[in-house]
Amino acid sequence: MKKGIALVVLTILFAWQMVSSYAIQRFPKPEFESGYITPETLLPTPRAEILEVMDVAVLLLALSVVTWAVLKRRSRNLVFWISIFSLAYFGFYREGCVCSIGSIQNVTLAIFAGSYVIPWTVLVFFLSPLVYTLLFGRTFCAGVCPFGAFQDLVSWRPQKIGTRLNAVLGVIPYIYLGLAVLYAATATDFIICRYDPFIGIFRFDALFSMFIFGGILLLCGVFIARPYCRFLCPYGVLLNWISRFSKYHMTITPSICVECRLCEDSCPYESIEKPVTVKNPESRKMVVRKFILIMLLIPFFMLLGGWTGSQIHESLAKVNGKVRMADELLHPEKIQAEPESIEMTAFKASGKSVKELYNEASRILRQFYIGGWILGGFIGLTIGGLLAGRLITRYRTDFEPNRGTCYSCSRCVDYCPIKS
Amino acid sequence: MRSLQPNLTVNMNNKNRRLDNMNGKGEEKRINRRKFFRTGAQTGLLIGLGGIATLAARKAGSNEYVWQLDPTKCTQCGRCATSCIKTPSAVKCVHVYAMCGYCDLCGGYFLPDTKTLNTGAENQLCPTKAIKRTFIEDPFFEYTIDEEVCIGCGKCVKGCGAFGNGSLQLQVRQDRCDNCNECSIARNCPSDAYSRIPVDQPYLLKGFGQKNLDIK
Ligand code: SF4
Ligand code: SF4
Ligand code: SF4
Ligand code: SF4
Repeated sequence: MKKGIALVVLTILFAWQMVSSYAIQRFPKPEFESGYITPETLLPTPRAEILEVMDVAVLLLALSVVTWAVLKRRSRNLVFWISIFSLAYFGFYREGCVCSIGSIQNVTLAIFAGSYVIPWTVLVFFLSPLVYTLLFGRTFCAGVCPFGAFQDLVSWRPQKIGTRLNAVLGVIPYIYLGLAVLYAATATDFIICRYDPFIGIFRFDALFSMFIFGGILLLCGVFIARPYCRFLCPYGVLLNWISRFSKYHMTITPSICVECRLCEDSCPYESIEKPVTVKNPESRKMVVRKFILIMLLIPFFMLLGGWTGSQIHESLAKVNGKVRMADELLHPEKIQAEPESIEMTAFKASGKSVKELYNEASRILRQFYIGGWILGGFIGLTIGGLLAGRLITRYRTDFEPNRGTCYSCSRCVDYCPIKS
Repeated sequence: MRSLQPNLTVNMNNKNRRLDNMNGKGEEKRINRRKFFRTGAQTGLLIGLGGIATLAARKAGSNEYVWQLDPTKCTQCGRCATSCIKTPSAVKCVHVYAMCGYCDLCGGYFLPDTKTLNTGAENQLCPTKAIKRTFIEDPFFEYTIDEEVCIGCGKCVKGCGAFGNGSLQLQVRQDRCDNCNECSIARNCPSDAYSRIPVDQPYLLKGFGQKNLDIK
């Protein structure tokens, strides 16, 4: 208690000192006799807004052209060249910012945080690929996303890694998406931008650790096609689920599948599903049993996940600077006296009282508690759903792309012997 | 290709036979159910997307936004120099000449314990020697920032704020800034000095008494 009071007093003292010393006219403006004219303070303007409009136009154009190339021209070659263009424009020219993947966070922040105003261009970057996907499948991934294009370019010797590993690693994007939304909604951080592996390469400038991360991903990408897309991309989760219900998804064959199996191994992402024939259909009893199992499985995982999430909400909240600061003040033994941390100095100088900070921090903590339940429940749903999905047998007569994970890259199309 | 041809036809026959087999009553039902489910899901997704869009659109601005720091909140911690994704940082010291006292003993130019007021490197506060000192008339000197050399460390800003008029201020130089979706300095700024501001007024320079300064 005493310590607290002392801190408050100190804070106020510091604050008074800092604030009052800022921009005071200690020396009057001189009156020059030599005819010297005070130069102007130059304020260079940012990139013209018309160029932002151009970004949106290029996005919509690229989406339309690549969709046409996939669905009408059915040409891998064309898709490839469009993706090179997108990599050059959105990647190296626009330096990867703003991208549809990151825009998830802007949208979340706009919905949850009071004062944030989302630029309309960002909203278009978020929505238009989703709408295109609902109509035509993930053509955005095929040739517009610079990340996808970059990884496609280096996938030189793609190897299969098997359905099981694919499924397990495929959970990561869901967790990443959940965390990104949690941290954006609490106005803590934009983790998708922070851990963006390729942006450093696009800009030729980044933290060393991010260069390493990007480099490793690209290196993996030589042997495992599109590792970021498959095992990290949070936007891919949305695209995946929307694409499953897309209206006009691309097909491998233009007319009828003759099961020649030529396309079977053509997909570097292991997204082609083999026909499952109705040799011995499951009995009714079997189906009912599976259904009950699934109905128990999913809520169980959701509860388990939610509970876990709520238990670790304090650790999750540590990412937030204010919570961290409040924690440090509450546990003075953690504070290192020499040298004082930059945060502590800044806090003392800010003129904010310790009480204000505590209130703010506890409000954020409460948000994280609720967020922890939701995040955990979401991850539980993901895992439960995944297990349930493995229980269900679907019947298929053709070789078909898995609409969720297919990037519409059109490689398989070239393998199909039927051409019309 | 030629060797494939017979194979193809054989498979084709198989397929047709199987399709015929499967087109029984149950199969038709299954297909219908699937179609119904698909349309339902499509509508649901469309409504969901529309919902998110309207929620976000209520807060959408017709304006673009840029990052800027508020000099009155800034504590010159030095992270502006080190946290920017650009090297050197897009943050520079900006000299508001209109506020400057043109002091001989400039708190932003000289190290605190300087004995002789000359431009010797050992006297200068700026680690990169980015400030140019020019004699105007007795006893006034003009100080100019060479932005190509300035790294935005804020040492001079601190000095000027403590001993002078506070005419040196840190600002994100908008022509150098990439306007990242999340400014990496904003994330690391201990003083919460960064915010997004409308692009038509992209600077936050402060005049005396902390009023917003409007320089044309
Ligand atoms: S999965 Fe993600 S990173 Fe990959 S192409 Fe699609 S949006 Fe881009
Ligand atoms: S990081 Fe913040 S406190 Fe530090 S110099 Fe930059 S604006 Fe000032
Ligand atoms: S002291 Fe730092 S901020 Fe000031 S001019 Fe030199 S480099 Fe720039
Ligand atoms: S937005 Fe990016 S480029 Fe601009 S100051 Fe912040 S980190 Fe630097």
